[in-house]
Amino acid sequence: MHSFGYRANALLTFSVTALAFICAIASFSDKFSNQNPSAEIQILNINRLKKQSYGNDEVSLTLDISADLQSLFTWNTKQVFAFVAAEYESPMNSLNQVSLWDVIIPDKEHAKFRIQTSNKYRFIDQGHNLRGKEFNLTLHWHVMPKTGKMLADKIVMPGYSLPDAYK
Amino acid sequence: MGWLGETVDSVKSIQIRQLLTQAISLGMIVTSSLIIWKALICVTGSESPVVVVLSESMEPGFQRGDILFLHMSKDPIRAGEIVVFNIDGRDIPIVHRVIKVHERKNTGEVDVLTKGDNNPGDDRLLYAKRQLWLHRHHIMGRAVGFLPYVGWVTIIMTEKPIIKYILIGALGLLVISSRD
Repeated sequence: MHSFGYRANALLTFSVTALAFICAIASFSDKFSNQNPSAEIQILNINRLKKQSYGNDEVSLTLDISADLQSLFTWNTKQVFAFVAAEYESPMNSLNQVSLWDVIIPDKEHAKFRIQTSNKYRFIDQGHNLRGKEFNLTLHWHVMPKTGKMLADKIVMPGYSLPDAYK
Repeated sequence: MGWLGETVDSVKSIQIRQLLTQAISLGMIVTSSLIIWKALICVTGSESPVVVVLSESMEPGFQRGDILFLHMSKDPIRAGEIVVFNIDGRDIPIVHRVIKVHERKNTGEVDVLTKGDNNPGDDRLLYAKRQLWLHRHHIMGRAVGFLPYVGWVTIIMTEKPIIKYILIGALGLLVISSRD
């Protein structure tokens, strides 16, 4: 009962259990943080709205995105992944979500930013429903912890629209 | 020669009993691990409730060697979720983020496009030939939590199977040589 093997086994089991417990508590502590992020998006310009050769509409636009996500960072946060998605409805689809731009925020200092950029990913419809389309721009964020449960949330900004004709 | 036969008989009977006891306790360990694994599959609703991150395509969030806890529910798939999916014809699951969703009004079917955070382009290159979208049946689960570094054990055992054999051999020896 007191051999090296038994002692090593007991030590290993105990340390793994203790580690698992500490990870769980670290993750639980995230529940107590106070979070109030804010964001604002403006469309600076609709660069192109065209119909592709095989029928789908495509939009290219320039956005001005400003956001303050500093309150999302806790001691257990590894990074925050933020992205802007255009959300709209079309006759065939009850929901379309197209990610236009994303960023990985590694720490609190980088969490307050303002950037002007054209869309990183192509905004392509399934069909040709984008003329005059009204859509929401939603800033989603995904908090990835150093250990434990991940948290995702968003701010919906409605009221954007596309031109009525191809350009 | 009578006492020799007696000694041999008594030694044999002790050994057989001990061997059977140890075989049964080993069997109990194996079956209880299986029970826990199947219970996890039931609770999380996913065919593989825990996966190991194998590539660097989601860095710096998920490093190679982290393990992810998955959960699958009937909730619709939305942009931003980190999903684990299988491509037809490949058996290694891929863990990437959903960047585009198109959900049909009539059927509720959904077209999904994914991309690794650290990759320059989306996953269309990874999908099967001519496949442009993923559908619900490709997706095995959503990542809901993770533990760093723990998956290295699995990676080492898969890439250098000799270590797996050494480990199992050592465990077997430990069980056989222990007296209680």
